[in-house]
Amino acid sequence: MAAQEKPNATGSFGPAVKSPGEAYVWLTSMGLAAGLIMVVFLMGLVVVKGVEAFWPRRVVQVTLKDDSPFKLIGAATYGGELTMRQEKRSRTIQASSDSDIPHMEMQLFVANRDVYGLSFKFLDVADIKSTEQPGSIVKLERIDGGPAIGTPLRIQFDGEKSLAADAAEFPAELERLVKEANERRDEIHHIEKKDVGRINARLEKLSRRQRTLEEKAESGADIQARIAEIEPQRSELQARYETLAAKARGLRDEQETVKLVYRLMSGQERTISVGDIIHYYHPNRLGGLQRVGLFLRNIWVFLTDEPRNANTEGGIFPAIFGTFAMTLLMSIAVMPFGVMAAIYLREYARQGATVQAVRIAVNNLAGVPSIVFGVFGLGFFVYFAGGTIDSLFFSDRLPTPTFGTGGILWASLTLALMTVPVVIVATEEALASVSRGVREGSLACGASKWQTIQRVVLPAAAPGILTGLILAMARGAGEVAPLMLVGVIKHVPDLPIDATFPFVHLDQKFMHLGFHIYDLGFQSPDAEAAKPMVFATTLLLIALVVILNLGAIVIRERLRRRYSTGAF
Amino acid sequence: MEQVQDKPASASDAAGQDDRRELRVEAAEPKSPPAEDFDPKLIEIVNFDFFYSQAQVLHDISLEMPEKHVTALIGPSGCGKTTLLRNLNRMNDLIDGVRHKGDIKIKGVSIYHPHLEVISLRKRIGMVFQKSNPFPKSIYENVVYSLRVAGVKDKSALDETVERSLKSAALWDEVKDRLHDSGLSLSGGQQQRLCIARAIANRPEILLMDEPCSALDPVATAKIEDLILELKKDFTIVIVTHNMQQAARISDQTAFLYLGKLIEFDETSKIFTNPSKKQTEDYVTGRFG
Repeated sequence: MAAQEKPNATGSFGPAVKSPGEAYVWLTSMGLAAGLIMVVFLMGLVVVKGVEAFWPRRVVQVTLKDDSPFKLIGAATYGGELTMRQEKRSRTIQASSDSDIPHMEMQLFVANRDVYGLSFKFLDVADIKSTEQPGSIVKLERIDGGPAIGTPLRIQFDGEKSLAADAAEFPAELERLVKEANERRDEIHHIEKKDVGRINARLEKLSRRQRTLEEKAESGADIQARIAEIEPQRSELQARYETLAAKARGLRDEQETVKLVYRLMSGQERTISVGDIIHYYHPNRLGGLQRVGLFLRNIWVFLTDEPRNANTEGGIFPAIFGTFAMTLLMSIAVMPFGVMAAIYLREYARQGATVQAVRIAVNNLAGVPSIVFGVFGLGFFVYFAGGTIDSLFFSDRLPTPTFGTGGILWASLTLALMTVPVVIVATEEALASVSRGVREGSLACGASKWQTIQRVVLPAAAPGILTGLILAMARGAGEVAPLMLVGVIKHVPDLPIDATFPFVHLDQKFMHLGFHIYDLGFQSPDAEAAKPMVFATTLLLIALVVILNLGAIVIRERLRRRYSTGAF
Repeated sequence: MEQVQDKPASASDAAGQDDRRELRVEAAEPKSPPAEDFDPKLIEIVNFDFFYSQAQVLHDISLEMPEKHVTALIGPSGCGKTTLLRNLNRMNDLIDGVRHKGDIKIKGVSIYHPHLEVISLRKRIGMVFQKSNPFPKSIYENVVYSLRVAGVKDKSALDETVERSLKSAALWDEVKDRLHDSGLSLSGGQQQRLCIARAIANRPEILLMDEPCSALDPVATAKIEDLILELKKDFTIVIVTHNMQQAARISDQTAFLYLGKLIEFDETSKIFTNPSKKQTEDYVTGRFG
């Protein structure tokens, strides 16, 4: 019997042998772990900071020691939402008393910017004499000037009537009044935006028609009758406008009739029209479930409302919509060009030095800084193409540019240009991965080269092409620099796609999440107040890109199941 | 669904037809069992040389393949049998830098005639490849592919073609309930039979098969060999095979190629029992190759 190898104590046959390269496997996994940790950390930071912006916080009222340097316009008692509590960094102002406890400081969001001139206040914890959390405190979200925090005293009706805060029916009455005020505000908005807007559009059309007719009249044609027609139409529209304007005025006056008197924690009494209150709640009286409810409401408002107060309050729905619409238009623009270019390069062109040069050029295009694309878009699309379109089709509106200025169309085309290399490369890879077998099979069936591409190769390459689209969308949705030159705007009242003909307004400027972040972070009057919004908007932009990508991935999976020969 | 019937090509060259814009190889009506009157020179290969750029792969091949018979091309690897087969429907045109000398005629018309549309040639010739290559489409769409690219839209014609082709390929019973499943969901043998169904769907006259069973198990191989014997009644078949027993079983004529030269071409029975060349005898008895 031949000598048989018996497994030794370590379980292996023969002397223990180390499998070469084990260490490198560990290295690769560490590399992956490092990358994942960075992503998780970044996402975690954005999520935590972003969500923080919506979570309703409690309001504390602090009373400082008499000699404290942290008084707020002279008042030793004031309060606000507790936003930060941290170890004190070195500051020039020292605490008035030396003590052994570590120097902690806290930051309060005192709101009431109209009184205090600022929104955030730092103070040393050591200087606090006493704190409390009064239940009667109310936080008011206002149309202008940021939120207000105070204790309601009474409701002042027209004339002498008033309702004190301690009356039993006060809470219900205040709620009813605020609700009415919101409804009235919506109505005013509807009148001013929609109805008056429509009349203005028609008036403008009449003016343009009159101008063209007058030009024709100058050249001799007899169209006095038609010019005369315009006047009565115009007066009718004017009359209607007057009625609507009067109605709106009346409603606005109504908004001012009832007032709420409240007192700040530092003692000042203030008055606000109920019509200016959007929402209010008692921060210190919220139960756990109510807080969650308020949290969700805040998120909902964020997603669906328009921004107010220089983009620091309200929602960012126009920016969401603008980003989404622009990314969609960009995808529609980039796919045909990218795919067709790739098909030509891969299938029809004679592979030689020229084709290689073209490929290299396309790949280099991907390395050009995006702002350069913005400048190109401005020069070519906006000035040249837009200007030409204006002079050909919209000359009656000049010198007000229609297409000769930035807009969603030019922005989408500029970004499409920027992401075309990605699509071309991905499509070429996908086409190359389709096996020769199915191509030859198709040709052997008597199909022409184009029929083979159209019926067999493209469907099989579809998953890979969609990968290219996903990459293009991800890249395009996040770019801000080129957009600043070709069509994005800080605040615009209308959406690029709405219910008025022609429904898709390609010449309109739009809001964009990326630009919104830049605007909030660097150009807002109150940087501290804008910080939570910056994170929340970042979170939203990431979420939007993820949703777009998930959509494309779902489509790709479906296509893969139906068509793929396996490679991608 | 038949192609436009042009005037029948004359037995001589296309000299008298230069004025025509296009030549199409004529379609044949399928006849039932073994024809007594068949064209003995359906495919004529005349002094054919073939070059991949500088390398000459086929040397002075001359062959005549009769209609409605099975001709087998055998020989060791690299002897040029697949190259020769692929030239019959000009699939080698896809490769850059190929040249040829000599001629190949089908029904007397040169397939390299400048007025001949390659697509119309390929519509008349079906091909089955070594590795089955069903399209990533449904079984139904795979079979009717040739008709669709020819522009046929009539659903009843398509349905009838699917049934007929799948029945001829001995696949109908297995897939008739799942015609809209993906072609890739079939087993290897079924996929190859699907490719055969696809190749015969448009009623070509000639069927080229490049080692159709080399990737299949013996059971599937046997099924396909039976199939070929059945198809022989309607189609002219040229089959390249490594498997000499297979060639002996199913072919009527056999051509033995070696290093790009035609060594011997004769009736199968003669090649395998009493070949005239020693090289042939060495090969078929397994002494080399």
